[in-house]
Amino acid sequence: MTERPQNEGLDTPALLDKLSGDLGNLLQNRNIENPLMIGIHSGGAWVANELHQSLDIKQPLGTLNITFYRDDFTRIGMHPQVEPSNLPFNVDDQHIVLVDDVLHTGRTIRAALNEIFDYGRPASVILAVLVERDCRELPISADVAATRIELKPTQHIKLNRDEKNNNVLTLSIEEGK
Amino acid sequence: MKQHDIQLDSEGKLRHFLTIEGLKKQMLLDILDYAENFSSVGNRQVKKVPLLRGKTIANLFFEPSTRTRTTFELAAKRLSADVLNININTSATTKGESLLDMLHNLEAMQVDMFVVRHNSSGAAHFIAQHVAPHVSVINAGDGSHAHPTQAMLDMFTIRRHKQDFTKLTVAIVGDIMHSRVARSQIHALNTLGVPEVRVIGPQTIIPNEAAHLGVHVYHDMQQGLQNVDVVIMLRLQRERMEGALLPSEHEYFHMFGLTEKKLKLAKPDAIVMHPGPINRGVEIESTVADGPQSVILEQVTHGISVRMAAMSMALGRSSLAEVQD
Repeated sequence: MTERPQNEGLDTPALLDKLSGDLGNLLQNRNIENPLMIGIHSGGAWVANELHQSLDIKQPLGTLNITFYRDDFTRIGMHPQVEPSNLPFNVDDQHIVLVDDVLHTGRTIRAALNEIFDYGRPASVILAVLVERDCRELPISADVAATRIELKPTQHIKLNRDEKNNNVLTLSIEEGK
Repeated sequence: MKQHDIQLDSEGKLRHFLTIEGLKKQMLLDILDYAENFSSVGNRQVKKVPLLRGKTIANLFFEPSTRTRTTFELAAKRLSADVLNININTSATTKGESLLDMLHNLEAMQVDMFVVRHNSSGAAHFIAQHVAPHVSVINAGDGSHAHPTQAMLDMFTIRRHKQDFTKLTVAIVGDIMHSRVARSQIHALNTLGVPEVRVIGPQTIIPNEAAHLGVHVYHDMQQGLQNVDVVIMLRLQRERMEGALLPSEHEYFHMFGLTEKKLKLAKPDAIVMHPGPINRGVEIESTVADGPQSVILEQVTHGISVRMAAMSMALGRSSLAEVQD
């Protein structure tokens, strides 16, 4: 495919601001004052890091690496990975904001929920994502999404972090197989 | 097929883990990195991940073992695999069933992995040559040949304390001749780039070919321990010794036992390791085994993470590679 998709509507800083605002409103509506935030490694953790600062969340940020909970492990094997999960708090009876960059099939969120429940029993889990796209394979939807878009099944949306430029985050749409 | 090739599948991934010999440095680093990730599982409320759910692992121990068997069992259970512990002394092999018949029977029960300990060198290789394409074998110690997961948990422990392998001097003390642990450690230390590996012990229990393994041989503990970063003590393996290789345990302790006084010859921040079980007062003084420089119990904990890494690497390969094997 030679046609380049347009990244229209993917103004990443604006989407991050919108996500932060919408999530702040949702937490207020639900009277959640002291949530725990968990980002899914790696893109979700980057987004969570931004939200953690902009919403001034008191508890430390947690990260999940869902490799050990993937449902395709016996088909594609181990992934090289750099960081293990780190939840520096007790999740029991706490309100959790689970953050990912893109909600696609829903399988990552399924794996993340399973892992969180191996740490304890949270009071609630809110799912916040930067982009909610189509092609869901499981009954999972985001509570907050900065944007919702439809893509061709062959297209992938990816979050990149520029380590040479203040860790600025940018979304891009890529053609896959 | 060359002996070391059998360990890898058609994509170069670890299929069997039989020996360190022949494996590339990156493979050893991958095992250490995966083990590092698994180490956090033991600190969680639910010490279990679903990675190997539905897989069946059979522990075949033809030789007694407590630490190795239980840590393999725990590692498998923490990965959610189902574990069969086959007690060979009470199994049908004592009724005359051959090893291969027993293996094929277990394969007929859809076992995915065999963890094998045997008193004959080469037993795990033999089994690996005869299993079905989807089955993996991990060597949990064969005769005086190899004990790769023990060597890797030792490397893991060293890396936790010393980080950079390329700046270390490591001394292995004791019964090198009968020690599969020492052989695997020497291969691992060499592969990971440790510049100086020393073996220390009486002439009778250091094999003549030791120098060919790229190690420096010392028969004097005072000299050998000078400025080392890591001291690995080995157990005297009386069950594998034939004839009179040693005068007496008392004299051995005097010459080669690790005491607080001898440990002072090593670097002040040197760590003391031992694969266990320890013979207190034979190869190591109690105050050293329990002292601040000892990491012996850490080694046991790390054994679980390293075995989780090896098991999941071997069972987590693509099904495509199995077909091509």
